Amino acid sequence: MAGAASKGHPFFAKGRRLWALVRKESRQVVRDPSSIAIGIVLPVVLILLFGYGLSLDVKNVPVAVVLEDPAPEATELAASFQLSPYFDAALLTSMVRAQQQMLARKVDAILRIRPDFTRHLALGDAEVQLLVHGTDANHARIIQVYAQGAIGQWAARRAAEGKEALRGPVTVQNRVWFNEANESRYFLVPGVIVLIMTLIGAFLTSLVVAREWERGTMEAMFVTPVRPDEILLGKTIPYFVLGMIGLALCLLAAKFLFHVPFRGSALVLIGSSMLYLLVALAMGLLISSALKSQFVASQVALLVTFLPAVMLSGFLFDLRSMPAAVRVITYIVPARYYVTLLQTVFLAGDIWAVIVPNAAVLTGMASLFFVLTRRATQKKLA
Amino acid sequence: MSTDAQTTLALRGRDIRKTFRRATGEIINALDGVSLDVAHGTLTALVGPDGAGKTTLIRLATGLIFADAGELTVLGVDVAADPQQVQDRISYMPQKFGLYEDLSVQENLDLYADLHGVTHEERRERYPRLMEMTALGPFTGRLAGRLSGGMKQKLGLACTLVRSPELLLLDEPTVGVDPLSRRELWDIILRLVNDQELSVILSTSYLDEAERCGHVIVLHEGKMLAHGAPAEVSALAAGRTFLADPPMGKLARALQAQLLDDPGIVDAVPEGGRVRFVGNENVQDEGKKMKIEAAEPRFEDGFMVLLHKSAQGAKEKRSREGIEKERPGSLSLALPGSWSPGVQEEAVVQVRDLVRRFGVFMAVDHVSFEVRRGEIFGLLGPNGAGKTTTFRMLCGLLPATSGTLRVAGVDLRYARASARQRIGYVAQKFSLYGQLTVAENLNFFASAYNLRGLRKRDRMSWALEQFELGPLADLPSGQLPGGYKQRLAMAAALLHEPETLFLDEPTSGVDPLARRDFWRRITALAEQGVTVIVTTHFMEEAEYCDRVVIMDAGRVLAQGTPAEVRRRAYGEGEREPTMEDAFIAIVEEAREQNSDQALGPGQPGRDPYTVEEEREQNDGQPAGRGAA
Repeated sequence: MAGAASKGHPFFAKGRRLWALVRKESRQVVRDPSSIAIGIVLPVVLILLFGYGLSLDVKNVPVAVVLEDPAPEATELAASFQLSPYFDAALLTSMVRAQQQMLARKVDAILRIRPDFTRHLALGDAEVQLLVHGTDANHARIIQVYAQGAIGQWAARRAAEGKEALRGPVTVQNRVWFNEANESRYFLVPGVIVLIMTLIGAFLTSLVVAREWERGTMEAMFVTPVRPDEILLGKTIPYFVLGMIGLALCLLAAKFLFHVPFRGSALVLIGSSMLYLLVALAMGLLISSALKSQFVASQVALLVTFLPAVMLSGFLFDLRSMPAAVRVITYIVPARYYVTLLQTVFLAGDIWAVIVPNAAVLTGMASLFFVLTRRATQKKLA
Repeated sequence: MSTDAQTTLALRGRDIRKTFRRATGEIINALDGVSLDVAHGTLTALVGPDGAGKTTLIRLATGLIFADAGELTVLGVDVAADPQQVQDRISYMPQKFGLYEDLSVQENLDLYADLHGVTHEERRERYPRLMEMTALGPFTGRLAGRLSGGMKQKLGLACTLVRSPELLLLDEPTVGVDPLSRRELWDIILRLVNDQELSVILSTSYLDEAERCGHVIVLHEGKMLAHGAPAEVSALAAGRTFLADPPMGKLARALQAQLLDDPGIVDAVPEGGRVRFVGNENVQDEGKKMKIEAAEPRFEDGFMVLLHKSAQGAKEKRSREGIEKERPGSLSLALPGSWSPGVQEEAVVQVRDLVRRFGVFMAVDHVSFEVRRGEIFGLLGPNGAGKTTTFRMLCGLLPATSGTLRVAGVDLRYARASARQRIGYVAQKFSLYGQLTVAENLNFFASAYNLRGLRKRDRMSWALEQFELGPLADLPSGQLPGGYKQRLAMAAALLHEPETLFLDEPTSGVDPLARRDFWRRITALAEQGVTVIVTTHFMEEAEYCDRVVIMDAGRVLAQGTPAEVRRRAYGEGEREPTMEDAFIAIVEEAREQNSDQALGPGQPGRDPYTVEEEREQNDGQPAGRGAA
């Protein structure tokens, strides 16, 4: 802290006031259970939720394999379903039982290997019947693909063993770039970082200025030598630090808990996160200063920052498959640029052609929102 | 730029005008051409009813809002041109006192000291003095949010005094504070002015406070009615102020009500079993009708004369415009049905050995009293005395730990619902639906009380008429002026014709005019046989009550008619004490005894201040977690 000797020089006086505000705000953050909940607990919960619970992968699909042909070829095919990590296969001999289980939704699919399977295999027109529970179309499609894959593997193995190649079921080769294992957590965990930065940056700060208005502390604070820019910085700095802590938690979890591949440089990752955090902070403070009511400000903050970050950033839903009109809107969503940066840095590497324009847009947005927030922070009662 | 004459003034205003636009689009003249000078080293009070422009004037002086027209210089600086320079030199405590509730007492002080650039040497010298003055020393580690209302206010004041400001502005520093804390706060302010020649401007709606100031500025509806020493205002009522004795067998408040309705009388209030009233210029003939005695006019009397004059001017103007509405006039609240007039012997509320414990903390400690039908019964006590807890138990909102509690002949332990049908409750805070109109609110509460059809329509039109809410029926209740909100709350609580009406601090933050109007209605209700139980911070209002109970720290300290309570505090032959003197004497005596008996000196084991807040924060949790 600046000593007493420095009193008098305006620069030191400014520094001392700013330090007092930062310290005050930090104490409030530490003592306010809701700040801790949003800043520390929520990131942890979201990471664990998205990392473990909310996987978009289809794994361990319960499937009934009805084996009506006792020949070794057929048994082998059934075994390839049992061994697949994607299926939790139960061997049955009666189609009726399998249908009962399907109706009870105990299984999501039935693979039926008919008694004449081996005969047809020899003739080259072998067929298996796949019945999929279709209530969730997306899920059903994925099961179809997996089933084809499992059959393809069986066929490939047969071919490798020198038996005649199949003319029957088509071998499907699945390969997804940058997410070879098709692990959704590889893109969900970076996505969680976006959500957390948005929550800490915009949602939490949307409350803090409005709270001072509601409690009357803003009015008392204004009638002191404090300057508006000091109030603004005093709010920004503690939440910036809190956001960086949230980021650190996410990165540690991504690296050590979920082993998400990380192909770019840490510098680019942290730099772009700082930029986005500044944009979010400025938006939150702007909303809070303009609305002066915690309830309204938090609702608006959710609506204009958090929801777009979930829906329109390309984190969950592919931007390219959106209607053109919606896609145009995504260009004003800051999270869109951050998601692009994160996914590039995590899964592809330092591709400067992507990083530079996206970072530039975020820098522009941060500047714009801070200028607006500074304008909204006037020592004046409405 | 500033001349010598200006620099000797703390504040100088010329023809200041400021208008606001309400949500309804209505334009309000908050300040309508006010000119004033405030000298250095004086204590100046801004007094006036709600909406007079007191807060607006103070905020203009802080540079937080700007006038539409006119000039205002503070400490020789044009505030509108350089607000920051003014803000660097003054200190200001807004109505919500600007404390950070999640910071400790010390941290709040440090924050404001840092913002004002107070050096560490200065702090070493100043902090002990502030602590001594405010008696906050033992609580420096406590979070501000866990202090009582009075202590918060003292801390707010201390935060403005971390350095010596050239001008101190306080906006209603004593609103909602109990008489004890109020007196402590005033001791601090007076000491500052006397010892340090501090310039202080404060606003208040307590007229007895204005009397202690060197200078008063009376504002009403944006206009300045008077400007000068309090004695000058008091002098306006000279020769017109009298004390009247009620005739045998008649209550002082009945005489007061009768006098208030007399067009020749400016103001009347009950005082010490008699009625103090201010008449018109030609008041002398009143003497023929009853026994009266000339009295020394007080500030309040002069203030009422001023307002009366101003109201008459406005009335003439309004009647010219054809929108005249007479004040309550003769209020014979016509009450049909079950209500029968007069105080009766039958006890409506019986409380015996009532106990309410929150963990180890005794919020209400073996309280016993009785309220008779048709009585106005006052529950008085400082913050944290257990008034609100007692109230909630009486209304069946909170179960008692032990003891008996009968309301309207029903034991509340067994038949809460049927008891509730017979009581009306007006909570401390405005608890109606702000977005619903006046009529919609009444309609809702009527339905909630199971009123239907013709009866419902009757009761609703009764409420609109008796509380003069008819013209405002379609206005959202959130936009009603303060006094009207309170009327609506009362109307809603009376829809189902309850036998007993509970009012929890109904007049807190209400200006003197609205308070008179309110008590006029209460006395009319009591005349009709409604039992009224009321808590209040204004000790002079105890004079309206038939009987009062004084509570502190959960126990009953005194009980009886206002006259009996007053006599208890002072021996015979001493000067006649006011209700407030009596109250303070009784509470302090009890606290002294308590600390002598149970606890050693310097061991404030049961801290009378914080209990109310702590209880509210962690209902049921043991209180008493001190310094963090």
